[in-house]
Amino acid sequence: MPDEKKDREAPGAVQEASGKKPGSLLTGVAFTYCPGSGCTHGSLNRLLAGIIGELGIRSKVILVGPVGCAEGIVKYIDVDAVEAPHGRATAVATGIKRSLPDRVVITYQGDGDLAAIGIAEVMHAAIRGERISTVFLNNTVFGMTGGQMAPTSLIGQRTTTTPFGRDAQLSGMPFHVAEILTRLPGTAYVARTAMNSTANVAVTREAILRALEAQMQDRGFSIVEVMGICPVGWKMTPRDANTHLSDQIIGEYPLQLFKDCVGSCDGGTGDGQVGPWTGDGGRGPQG
Amino acid sequence: MTRHLMKGCEAFAEATVRAGCHCFFGYPITPQSEVMEYLSWRLRDFPDGVFLQAESEVAAINMVYGAAAAGRRAMTSSSGPGISLMQEGLSYLAGAELPCLVANFCRTGPGLGGVEGSQCDYLQATRSGGHGGYRLLTLAPSTVQEMVHLTVLAFELAEKYRTPATIFSDGILAQLAEPVSFDDLAVVTHPKPWATTGADGRARNRIPRHFFSEASETDELDPETVARYRAMTGKGPAAPLIEAERLNLTLAEKYRRMAKEEARWEVIGDGTDLLLVAFGTIARVCEEVLDWLAGEGIRARLFRPITIFPFPSEALARAAAGVERVHVVEMNEGQMIDDVRIAVGREKPIGFYGRTAGGVLRVGEIGRAITGALARREIHA
Repeated sequence: MPDEKKDREAPGAVQEASGKKPGSLLTGVAFTYCPGSGCTHGSLNRLLAGIIGELGIRSKVILVGPVGCAEGIVKYIDVDAVEAPHGRATAVATGIKRSLPDRVVITYQGDGDLAAIGIAEVMHAAIRGERISTVFLNNTVFGMTGGQMAPTSLIGQRTTTTPFGRDAQLSGMPFHVAEILTRLPGTAYVARTAMNSTANVAVTREAILRALEAQMQDRGFSIVEVMGICPVGWKMTPRDANTHLSDQIIGEYPLQLFKDCVGSCDGGTGDGQVGPWTGDGGRGPQG
Repeated sequence: MTRHLMKGCEAFAEATVRAGCHCFFGYPITPQSEVMEYLSWRLRDFPDGVFLQAESEVAAINMVYGAAAAGRRAMTSSSGPGISLMQEGLSYLAGAELPCLVANFCRTGPGLGGVEGSQCDYLQATRSGGHGGYRLLTLAPSTVQEMVHLTVLAFELAEKYRTPATIFSDGILAQLAEPVSFDDLAVVTHPKPWATTGADGRARNRIPRHFFSEASETDELDPETVARYRAMTGKGPAAPLIEAERLNLTLAEKYRRMAKEEARWEVIGDGTDLLLVAFGTIARVCEEVLDWLAGEGIRARLFRPITIFPFPSEALARAAAGVERVHVVEMNEGQMIDDVRIAVGREKPIGFYGRTAGGVLRVGEIGRAITGALARREIHA
């Protein structure tokens, strides 16, 4: 990943990097993400709206939203959109993609939705190699319901349901979605990025582009796990939250390109770990 | 007319194909796994055929949700425990007003139950199986041939009303082989301008529509609903509340229309001593019970609801007029009695016979139960 010290910036810089650009498909509906909190959803929604606009695929995209804070996205991006039940986005996306195989189907999910209640659906979508792409924002907490523990919460993390910190004996260890899915032959692209700096936003952008490319090349299931912040859920200032992301969370969840079958593939053995990000624009060592 | 000897499961599966449904998502469960086994090869006959064995009923119903949102005729099929797992998805489908077909080949319960045929999911099927107070248009065939016709009709009505429709049957009809014809099926489709197929040269489509309400989108609200809301609350529009209100008012209106226009039933015989009420598999046994009772000097008639939601309440009231007593027969502990009571009023005595452990109730068994109840002047409800 890029030099942390040099690139560590306040969330404001992130906002600038992913602000509405010409051709962006934002609807103009006001975001309802916690205002002024630095919540990563806003910048990640902008980023995805920009990417779909830039690729010129509005007419082909069907976006599937989750339940949780992230559900707002279906209101904010000007594409056909379906709101799925909690955790079921990849099953709904499967139904859409199998029905309309030449469309580009994207799910957008948080870590409560995907890593807790929706883990069976995402695992099996990956096992089947569904030609769908998932943008997965992991902020290690249930945001919308008020900051409860998620399977992704760090050991010791204080949440409203782990007031004394997450205890491994009681609640298990943090769950690493990208690493698990990488092992499945059905996945064509797996990456973990973060939104903690301008450079990492650029890497995230490249990773999402690459995930969509994997789908459009009919390679298999693609997912980008994006590490973000939830200052309100974490009870931190935006600046402290960003520091926590850079210093603590990325230590637990290393930013890495795990698998990239765009163009060619390692044969889908599940051994496709291709190493940490080099900060070269997001393609990783094989880019 | 070409006739085929087919099991209920397979005839149902073929009927869905003939109805133009080429999208199946399902999960195996006895006594109806043959539905998906049949479709696993049959749907390969079509370039747009989609057959997918899901990881669970939860996933299967959500795949149906996706395919229905994409504008395709889509369906799944299951039984008791599997249908329970689908209730969340069915609530979302009802809320999103998406047409699809779900078949429940009912087995005994509660819990794991057994695989024998039963009607113990009547309450789940006719009330609101999942959260939110929705209803599903539910058709209950009593023969394999009728199942074929009702399956084709179910797709039409699902699209007409933008609602999930269900075929409510049981393990007996699923496994019973009968001669069946697929000739002269009237397949009617309705346009789906609302489908999320990719916003190609048009404004985006959003499912479910009511979810997308935002303060900045109040101009999209139906003025009549805004006025009604204002009249009820004395307040100005608050978009999310109005949208929630509008969805429920829309659904309620839809269910009233269904009750008026889609209730279906059959009356067999014209005896006035006794009115039998039975649906599905057990109704055809009750046809023979009419003859058995005639042998005992009891002149009876049979009222058979074909739609169990909407329940043919007015028709039943008419059929019960001038008849002294009503006797309900079900393969459960009497789940339909409430609906019958609402239809026939408080005064008329209602007797009941049913068994809950699955399997077919025999003609003599039902006949003796009825004559016994008559002799004792027994009133169940």
